[in-house]
Amino acid sequence: MLTHLPTLSRRDAVKAAAWALAAAAIAPRLAFADEKAVAAEIKKLYGDKPMASGKIKLDVPEIAENGLVVPINIEIESPMTEADYVKAVHVFAEGNPQPGVVSYQFTPACGKASAATRMRLAQTQDIICVAEMSNGTLHTAKANIKVTIGGCGG
Amino acid sequence: MISRREFLQATAAAAALTAGSGLGPLGRAAAQQKLSQADILRFQPQGQITILHVADIHAQLMPLQFREPAVNLGVGEVKGLPPHLTDAAFREHFKIAAGSADAFALTSDDFVSLARNYGRMGGLDRIATLVKAIRAERGDDKVLLLDGGDTWQGSWSSLQTKGQDMVDVMSALKLDAMTSHWEFTLGAERVKEIVEKASFAFLAQNIRDKEWNEPVFPPRKVFEKGGVKVAVIGQALPRTAVANPRWMFPEWEFGIREDELQKQVEEARAEGAAIVVLLSHDGFDVDRKLASRVKGIDVILTAHTHDAMPGLIRVGDTVLVASGSHGKFVSRLDIAVKDGKVADIRFKLMPVFADAIAPDSEMATLVTKLRAPYAADLAREIGRTDSLLYRRGNFNGSFDDLICDAMLTQRDAEIALSPGFRWGGSLLPGEPITWEAITNATAITYPNCYRMEMTGAQLKEILEDVADNIFHPDPYFQGGGDMVRIGGMGYAIDVGKPMGSRISGLTHLKSGKPIDASRKYVVAGWASVNEGTQGPPIWDVVRDHVAATRTITIKPNDAVKVSGA
Repeated sequence: MLTHLPTLSRRDAVKAAAWALAAAAIAPRLAFADEKAVAAEIKKLYGDKPMASGKIKLDVPEIAENGLVVPINIEIESPMTEADYVKAVHVFAEGNPQPGVVSYQFTPACGKASAATRMRLAQTQDIICVAEMSNGTLHTAKANIKVTIGGCGG
Repeated sequence: MISRREFLQATAAAAALTAGSGLGPLGRAAAQQKLSQADILRFQPQGQITILHVADIHAQLMPLQFREPAVNLGVGEVKGLPPHLTDAAFREHFKIAAGSADAFALTSDDFVSLARNYGRMGGLDRIATLVKAIRAERGDDKVLLLDGGDTWQGSWSSLQTKGQDMVDVMSALKLDAMTSHWEFTLGAERVKEIVEKASFAFLAQNIRDKEWNEPVFPPRKVFEKGGVKVAVIGQALPRTAVANPRWMFPEWEFGIREDELQKQVEEARAEGAAIVVLLSHDGFDVDRKLASRVKGIDVILTAHTHDAMPGLIRVGDTVLVASGSHGKFVSRLDIAVKDGKVADIRFKLMPVFADAIAPDSEMATLVTKLRAPYAADLAREIGRTDSLLYRRGNFNGSFDDLICDAMLTQRDAEIALSPGFRWGGSLLPGEPITWEAITNATAITYPNCYRMEMTGAQLKEILEDVADNIFHPDPYFQGGGDMVRIGGMGYAIDVGKPMGSRISGLTHLKSGKPIDASRKYVVAGWASVNEGTQGPPIWDVVRDHVAATRTITIKPNDAVKVSGA
């Protein structure tokens, strides 16, 4: 008879089970942000200004290989001249404890408006990117990233 | 019982032939069961180049039995499309007569009686015979031999030699190039060590090192064959870091990387490639989608999902080939190039019937030598089986039931979880369960059988997650493999529902009670992707169970209720 039997927290279940939830599940059940929290953050920055699609290339994996460090590449289409440049780019996560992930400020001297970073994702969720142009217009793009348990690959 | 040698003359299944009118890819000889090596090799050659493809051999040096799936569901746009056809539907689609050699090789019903008639399939010495015969016929300078990966893992000898036995046989076979998946579970250092010395190219356009985002392996290689340039681009399993322990190759990132693949195709064309081949380990449905999005690939040699199809699947200007697994088949493609472009492709899926093909003596000698250190261990009989033991099927396999039973009894657990691996041989009723048979179903580098408590809610979460990995309607979210196998618990699954609502009706089988989401259950399982998992290796758990039981009988498993298919 086996005697020592660990009791699992959610965190451990994930770590020990054959199909351990990647990063995500590892986060204890905090209150997660949601669509509304992200919308509220954007409203704080830009009020109710309309947002257009296009111009943003949001390059993320469909499935996170490691939820602790999910790569994200952003590129905004812009001539980046004094007359027409990208001023700021913000990234939000709908399913993390905090909606804000990162914000970048650009000047025409940057030459191009692109950035790459890694973010931690607590679970499968949408990533929202908002770009503010020098003329005040806003663009947005959205991408879903799946955070999975893994294992079982044939 | 008919001896295996006699199958050439066998007529035992002839009565069944009247049931189907098709002649299948092997033609009349196969339907009439007078199949010979010449029938298997028969091919009207054409064009400048012959490509031979093997995939998912899973380190099976010797001929074996491998039953194809009875349940292999497609979802979304590919529902009901090949390769998601089984048994009668499969035979009807590919015009194969019931009871024929093709029916035995490619479908699952009537497997036991046909297996006794037709014998085992595969074996590197038989594959060598076919490859050498085709090289002799076409000329060495016209033949390209490609391996889709999952070659270095799946047997006791490959585990003990860290893949060296398979590297040696594939080198002897004069392999030109391969791509990879399970190879990476030997660890990054070992893979790099092999690749540096290998006589063949190891290609993967979709692996990057994390720090610099640079390619880890060459993405492609251009071969000149029959006066034609052929570019072979490698595509490793995009989900390797999710499907297998990431800590074994911590510096690498995978992914499908469509844009980079498109660039590879364009660069290859710019270099003058008349033929662009994707040597892929994506899995069939992923490659079918990829073929509709990445332009300019002539041939995708698929792997990973272990599908075997005796016909090409066409997507736009791209053809897809599915060459099966475990050495059961070798695909041959003769390609005619005209004006620098592919003009015609002729294809045959050659079944490797061990009793019809004379073993190549050089390869047979090498295989015997490589297995010699383990031969006595491998042959050791642990018990016997009264039931057919097999692996493939979306929801369960009787060999997995055996593994789950072993975990429940040997680890004193209420519920057992066994991964839905698609590799591992089949055993016929009455056959011995040898150490080789046990390790053919379990030989991995992370074998520890853990024991722990999980709540009912956690169990459901695992089932939902794995189900989404198989039944997500977008193939790019499918990782391959079958559903996790469960011992001691039943459930219902609606494969057509979205993530989070496919699984219901979890039942503790012993008590007949519903699984309580908040109660903790003692769970045993193996193949954890986490570093430092504690517990005995699974092969010892299975061995102890078989030794204690002596004769294994597996009852039909109806614990999983499937709908939405």
